[in-house]
Amino acid sequence: MAYPAALREAYRAELQGIREKGIYKEERYIHSPQAAGIDVEFPAGAGLKRVVNLCANNYLGLSSHPEVVAAAHRGLDERGYGMSSVRFICGTQDIHRELETQLTAFLGTEDTILFPSCMDANGGVFEAVLTDRDVMIADRLVHASIVDGMRLCKAMQDTYKHADMKHLEQKLQEHQDKRARMIITDGVFSMDGDLAPLDQIVELAERYQAMVFVDDSHASGFMGRTGRGTPEHFGVQGKIDIITTTLGKALGGASGGCVSGRQEIVDLCRQKARPYLFSNAVPPPIVYAALKVLEILSTSTERRDKLEANTAFWRKGLKEAGFVIKDGESPIVPIMLFNAKLSQDIARDLYAEGIYVIGFFFPVVAAGQARIRTQLSADHDIPMLAEALEAFKRVGAKYGILGLDKKGIIEKYGL
Amino acid sequence: MKDIILEYVKNEYLDEDEAEEIGLDENTPLISSGIVDSFSMVSLKRFLEKKYGIAIPDDQATPEAFNTVASIVELVKRHQGEKGA
Ligand SMILES: Cc1ncc(COP(=O)(O)O)c(C=O)c1O
Repeated sequence: MAYPAALREAYRAELQGIREKGIYKEERYIHSPQAAGIDVEFPAGAGLKRVVNLCANNYLGLSSHPEVVAAAHRGLDERGYGMSSVRFICGTQDIHRELETQLTAFLGTEDTILFPSCMDANGGVFEAVLTDRDVMIADRLVHASIVDGMRLCKAMQDTYKHADMKHLEQKLQEHQDKRARMIITDGVFSMDGDLAPLDQIVELAERYQAMVFVDDSHASGFMGRTGRGTPEHFGVQGKIDIITTTLGKALGGASGGCVSGRQEIVDLCRQKARPYLFSNAVPPPIVYAALKVLEILSTSTERRDKLEANTAFWRKGLKEAGFVIKDGESPIVPIMLFNAKLSQDIARDLYAEGIYVIGFFFPVVAAGQARIRTQLSADHDIPMLAEALEAFKRVGAKYGILGLDKKGIIEKYGL
Repeated sequence: MKDIILEYVKNEYLDEDEAEEIGLDENTPLISSGIVDSFSMVSLKRFLEKKYGIAIPDDQATPEAFNTVASIVELVKRHQGEKGA
């Protein structure tokens, strides 16, 4: 053991620095299952408070759905708790393969490989299929797990301005000398709630001979008419070479992720992707529950339809109340406040009103782009959202920001 | 050199009206203001290396060295000098 005092001091100083910047993250303890209404202990030691949850990725309200919970129980009873093995040694049950097959059918791809998480899928896929003769061209706002995955890969890295097709085209032209080009984007961007223009991206990819990679973590299960994700929304199903997505958000909310797409790419991941080779298999209860989720979504669009209605109500209500929101079609609805402290103050006041939301600011989002990100769920209902809206209006009025545009808010509160 | 790099930064990182709005010049902070981050910085570094025929080691491609066009010019000149010497 050697944990020198000087090192301990250095760590403490670093932690103190994080506190002084006001970006120290505190966990809030939730004493109930994940749902639209939750019991929260915050700050630690405080009594429980019942709040409306507007910051979960529980888009379809399936995280605690009785049928999903029952399926997980059945998985536990029939196939046990854990695999104690990675997939390729003795960690693959028939149900793992069944889930891959069902995901393939759901996403409309050629094949699918499960990973312990989507972070792992993004961490492993690029290195498995690209070499130093290739180039990765990513939207600048892709998720952190994609940035990390790209860093682990020897292919050249490049980026384009967020959703800027002219800039992407410029980059594709610039890299015509490479063996392979891969355009990399999120389907729905997690902090802004806007969609990558996949129809245009696919067109550019065809013109400039590039593969397309889409992380559909914030879309699988609800975007598109039958919830198959952003490729369905844009009418380009079957044209996306690699889709990664998570089971940890709309699709049950537990954990697990996948790479789905071209046969050879999935096969190469099974041979080479390090998080697949070196991390434990997804446990049977989760596999059973995920199969149940896909079954529910394949028999009815009721839940994604309700989410869509909730989203429309929420977006319209916030706009009419005079908030500045990022326009879009997804259930991720950011309320723009620009000033970091204002986002923290408003989130705190909303919590007092029984609304659980989080203020995001630099470096999680760009400087001067502080916001409160709200996320809708099929578990919400209109009366609940109407009440939440009233709370937002009260707090918005208190800070005098209703009806102000970006310029007005910045004039009042600064950046 | 300064103008060429400014032009590149404008094209690569800003929207048309943004450059005007923030009054981009050689002293505008790029990294600390969030205009450029470590992820998007890669293309700027590659541009400089290609354009000026130099190699900037990763440990010199620091947020400080890349924070303004003025400091980038300095960095490039230093490397050009080394190459010439
Ligand atoms: C776009 C995106 N990709 C990947 C992930 C990671 O997913 P997982 O929780 O399965 O690792 C997230 C979750 O935060 C995400 O938002």
